[in-house]
Amino acid sequence: MRLLTALLILLAAPLVAQSGMPPAPYAYTQLEDPALEAEATALMETLRCLKCQSQSIADSDAPMAGDMRHQVRSRLLAGESPDEVRDWLTQRYGDYVSYEPTVSATTWPLFAIPLLLLALVGLVLLRRLGRRGTDEDAEA
Amino acid sequence: MRLLYLIPLGLFLFFGGVAGYMLTQPKQTNIPSQMVEQELPEFSLSPALEDVPGTSRADFTDGKPKLLNIWASWCVPCIAEAPHLERLKREGVEIIGIAVRDRPEAVEGFLSRYGNPYTRIGADDISELMLAIGASGVPETYVIDGEGNIRYQHIGDVRADHVDLLLEKLEEAE
Repeated sequence: MRLLTALLILLAAPLVAQSGMPPAPYAYTQLEDPALEAEATALMETLRCLKCQSQSIADSDAPMAGDMRHQVRSRLLAGESPDEVRDWLTQRYGDYVSYEPTVSATTWPLFAIPLLLLALVGLVLLRRLGRRGTDEDAEA
Repeated sequence: MRLLYLIPLGLFLFFGGVAGYMLTQPKQTNIPSQMVEQELPEFSLSPALEDVPGTSRADFTDGKPKLLNIWASWCVPCIAEAPHLERLKREGVEIIGIAVRDRPEAVEGFLSRYGNPYTRIGADDISELMLAIGASGVPETYVIDGEGNIRYQHIGDVRADHVDLLLEKLEEAE
């Protein structure tokens, strides 16, 4: 009996932990237009969940992520473009909320450094291969 | 030319050093709202309780700075901040509450147990206002000036030593 009670308490805990409110209309419901839903999904996969931090809102089951999915879907349905929805969120949460990399005053080195390294590698290779070529010429 | 070989090692040590340093730093999980120093967006929320009125943007434009407190009956830190909100209320501060994803009976139970510091409580069932003002969690407290501009954001529960800071910010917003 005691074991049963303990089991029941374990089962009951998650119900108490969450608010028990029904999710927002478009949190778990897809849009009827498949093309629009595809746009919404693509956008949601690049928006960061604010509560769970390492998941996109498409991945997360947090209530807040559901509410964000509702915003995305209802805004697209109202005729906004995916970029407008992303901008609306970054105006509120900064770059934090977006997984899509953008070139800005703080992020440009991330894009510049690989190009710089590639150029360096190219230069070194060119010098080495070029030298070997002339060495062989000299031997012959 | 030999010095060139040291570059990869130097880079490795640099990145290793940065990673090691960051591991010793406390994790920064607060996401500050970019809406501070901007206008409170237009909103209108129905009452979370029968006998306490709901709220809209118009309630924040009567010339008197107020606190906007985002909370929920299911939020544990909200219990901890309740006495400090009560103290702010005693200091004459008007606090408007936003109950996030909450049921009327749960709101009522919370307020009867921990006190009601609010003059109005709006029900934000789908985080509409939270998202509109850049709030990422519960609880959060905002200082709104008399013209409806967001002047300050406090993330997390209000503790004893935050009360004076909030009073100061309210005075600055005057």
